[in-house]
Amino acid sequence: MKRQAKFGVGIGIIVIALAFLAWLGYGESKTYYHTIAELQTLSGSARTQRMRVAGTVQDGSIRHLSGRVDFVLRGEGKTLPVSYIGTDPLPDTFKDKAQALVEGRPGADGRFVAEHVQAKCASKYEAAPGGDTKGAAAGSSERSSM
Amino acid sequence: MDVFGSFALLLAFVCAVYAFAGGIAAIITRHPLLVKSTRQAGMATCGLIFLATFSLEYLFFTDNFSIAYVVSHSNRDLSTFYKIAALWSGMEGSLLFWSLLLAIYVLSVLITYRNKNGELMPYVGVVMAGVQLFFLTLNNFVESPFKALATPGAGGVLSFITRADGNGLNPLLQYPEMVIHPPNLYSGYTGFTIPFAFALGALLARYPGEKWIHLTRKWTMIAWMFQSLGILLGAHWAYAVLGWGGYWGWDPVENASLLPWLSGTAFLHSVMMQEKRGMMKVWNVWLVFCTFLLCILGTFLTRSGVVSSVHAFAQSNIGGWFVAFMGITLAVCLFAYLKNRDYLASENQLDSVISRESSFLFNNLLFLVACIAVLSGTLFPVFSEWITGNRISVGAPYFNRVNIPVGLLILFLTGVGPLLAWRKTSRESLKRNFGWPLLAGLVVGAVAFVFGFRAFYSLASLFLCLFVASTILLEFYRGAKVIRARSGASFAACAIDLTMRNTRRYGGYIIHMGMVFVFIGLAGAAFNRDVQKSMQMGDSMQIGPYTLALQTADTKPEKNYTAERLVVEVLHGNKPMMMLFPEKRHFVTNQENGTMVAIYSTLKEDLYVVYAGTDPDTNLPVLHAFLNPLVKWIWFGGVTVVFGTLIALLPNRRSVLVLAPASQHAVEPLPHGVVASPILREGHD
Repeated sequence: MKRQAKFGVGIGIIVIALAFLAWLGYGESKTYYHTIAELQTLSGSARTQRMRVAGTVQDGSIRHLSGRVDFVLRGEGKTLPVSYIGTDPLPDTFKDKAQALVEGRPGADGRFVAEHVQAKCASKYEAAPGGDTKGAAAGSSERSSM
Repeated sequence: MDVFGSFALLLAFVCAVYAFAGGIAAIITRHPLLVKSTRQAGMATCGLIFLATFSLEYLFFTDNFSIAYVVSHSNRDLSTFYKIAALWSGMEGSLLFWSLLLAIYVLSVLITYRNKNGELMPYVGVVMAGVQLFFLTLNNFVESPFKALATPGAGGVLSFITRADGNGLNPLLQYPEMVIHPPNLYSGYTGFTIPFAFALGALLARYPGEKWIHLTRKWTMIAWMFQSLGILLGAHWAYAVLGWGGYWGWDPVENASLLPWLSGTAFLHSVMMQEKRGMMKVWNVWLVFCTFLLCILGTFLTRSGVVSSVHAFAQSNIGGWFVAFMGITLAVCLFAYLKNRDYLASENQLDSVISRESSFLFNNLLFLVACIAVLSGTLFPVFSEWITGNRISVGAPYFNRVNIPVGLLILFLTGVGPLLAWRKTSRESLKRNFGWPLLAGLVVGAVAFVFGFRAFYSLASLFLCLFVASTILLEFYRGAKVIRARSGASFAACAIDLTMRNTRRYGGYIIHMGMVFVFIGLAGAAFNRDVQKSMQMGDSMQIGPYTLALQTADTKPEKNYTAERLVVEVLHGNKPMMMLFPEKRHFVTNQENGTMVAIYSTLKEDLYVVYAGTDPDTNLPVLHAFLNPLVKWIWFGGVTVVFGTLIALLPNRRSVLVLAPASQHAVEPLPHGVVASPILREGHD
C-alpha cells in the first residue's frame, strides 16, 4: 500500500505542477476571436481584450501612411476600419479582396488597431468557375510568428 | 483516363465492402474459402487504388485541364517534380493519397501473413478493410478527385469545359521538401492503422499471449519513423519557406501531426512492459486505439479547417464524415474492450519506485500529459465556442509552459530508464551507471553557469543532454569493452558488432542519442536574435558577429516564376565571407508570391536572411536577419533518429564470437542486477 501511495504522490505532484503551468500559459496567451458584427455589440472589458477579427479587405481601401497602414475589413455586411501599426512588412498576399485576419485591440475611436495581419489571396479560387472553390492548401499557409 | 480512375475507385470501394462484410461472415462461419476470398478482395482493393492514383497522376502529366482538380493544382509550366506533388496538394488528392499509402501497408500485411496466424488475420483484415472503406467512401462520393470541370450555363444546365491552362500549384508548396514531407507524414498517419488493426483484431479474437505485440512491433516502428521524419521535414519546410525565423509555431496543423507521435512514442515504450512483465495490457490497447484516433483526428484537422479556419480559411464539408468515423471507431473499441476486458488482466504488480517498470510508467504519464495539453490547446477554440459561445485561442506561451518541462523530464528518463533494472534497482548499480554521467553534466552545467549562461531551461537542457549522452556512450563503451576483451578488435568495430547483436537495444540508444541532439537544437532557441531594417543599396546592418551589406538587387525570370533577388554580402569581423541571395518569387499563373530564405548554417548557429518586403514609406527593400543558434542539431538529430530506427528494425546477428573464449578471464564480473554483458543478452530485449 505504501508503494502505491508513493506513486500516487509522485504522479499527483507532476500533474498538479503542469496543470498550474498550463493555467499560467493560458492566461498569457488567450486571444478572443470575434466577427466584425460581434465587435460592435461588445461592451465593458470584452471590448478592450486582445482579439482576432477576420474579414475581406475592401476594394481600394488600403492606404499606406507613415508608420501605419489603414484599410477596411468587410464581413457579414458590416465594415471595420483597421490601422496596422506592426513592424513586420505586410504579407505579399495582403491586397484588395484578400481574406485577412487581424490581431490586436479595438481603439477608442472605433478603429481596430492591429499588430499582426495575416492574409490569403482569394482570387485563385474564384478564378475556377464551377470548379474547386474550397481552396484547401496542404498544411497551414499562414502562421503567426509567435 | 478520368473515367478509368473513377471506375477503379468505385471497384475498389466494392471490393472493400466485400473484404469487410465477407470478412465478418468468414469470422462467423470459419469457411476457409470465404477467408481466402476476402483476403484476395483486400488485395484487389489495394491494386485498384494504385490504378486510380496512377490515372490521376497521368491526368497531371498530360495537362488535362478539363478536370477540376488538375486545373486547381497544376499548370503547363509546372516542373515534373511538382506535378507528382500536386497529387496531395489539395483536399481530394490528399484523401486519395491517404488511401494509396494505406493500401501499400494493407497489401504488405496481407502478403506477409497470408499463410500465418490464421486465427488472427481475418479479424485484422476486417479492421483494415473498415478503415479503407471509410476513406474510399470519401474518395468516391464526397471528395472525388476526378470531377470534370463544369460551369452552370443557361437554365442551370451544367456544361463541361476545358481550360487552356491551370491555376498552378500553391507557391508555398513549390519547394523540394514539400514533395517529401507529406508522403512521410501521411505514411506515419496511415501506418498506425496496422498496429491498431492488430490490437483490435487480437482483442476481438481473444488471441492468446503477446503475439500481436511481436507481430506489430516492426509496423509500429516504421509508422513511427515516418511520423518523426514527417514532423521534422515539416518543421524544416516551415523554417526554410515561411520566412518567420522559426520552425515550430504550435499551429493546429503542426500539433495535429505531433499528437499521434506522442501517443505512438508512449506505446512503443509501454509495450516492453507487456512483453517482459505482462503488465499494462489495458493501457497498451488503449494507447494504440488513441494513437489511431489521433491520426484520424490529425487528418481531419488538417483537411477540414475546423480549428485552423481561424487563420487558414480552409472550409469543407468532410468534417461530419470524420466525426462520424471517429465516433464509430471509438464505439467499436469500447465494445471490444468491455466485452473482452478479462482477457487483458495484468500478471504482475509494480515492485519499486526505482525500477524499469516505474520509469516506463512515468515516461507514459509524461507523454500522456503532453498529448492532452497539446490536444486541449489545439481544440480550445472549438470547445470554448461550444461552452461559452466565445471563440478563444491559446498561443505559444501556453504550449511552451507545459511542454518544455515535460520534454526535459522525458529527456531525463531517456537517460535513466534504460539502465534501471526490472523490478528493483540496487544502490550500487545506480552509482555505477549514473555516477560519471551525473558528474559530467554537473561540471559542464556549472562551467556554463559561471560563463553567464543563465536561462534556466536551457541550462537544465544542457545538463540533461550531457548526462543522457554520457549514459549512452558509457553503455556502448562497456559493451564494446567486453567484446574487445574477447576479440581484440578495435573499439569502433566492437561497438558495431555490439549493435548488430542486439539491434533493438542499441538501435534504441541511437534513437535516444538523436533525441539528445534535437534537444540541444531546441535549447538554442532561447538565444535567438533578429534585426530588421529597410536598406538602400550599399547599406549594411549588424547581427552578432556578422555584417550584412546589401550590394544590389536583380530580377531573374524562371520557367514558372520571376525571382526578385537581393545580393547580400556577409562579412565576419570585416572579412568578406560569402554572398547570400534571399529571394521573393512571383508566380505568374496565380499571381501569388513566395519567399526563399537564404540560410548559412553551421553547427554553432544559422544566419537566416529574409527579403521581408518593401517599406511602404520609402519603397526600400526590407531585410530581416535572424541569428538562430544550434538549429542544425535538430535536423542532425532527426537523421540520427531515423538511422537508429532502421538499425532497430534489423534482425539480430547471431553471436559467433562467444565461441572464442581465449581471454574470457579478462572479462570483469558484473554485479547482479546491472545491465549484463551484451553477449548474455541476446534475443529480444
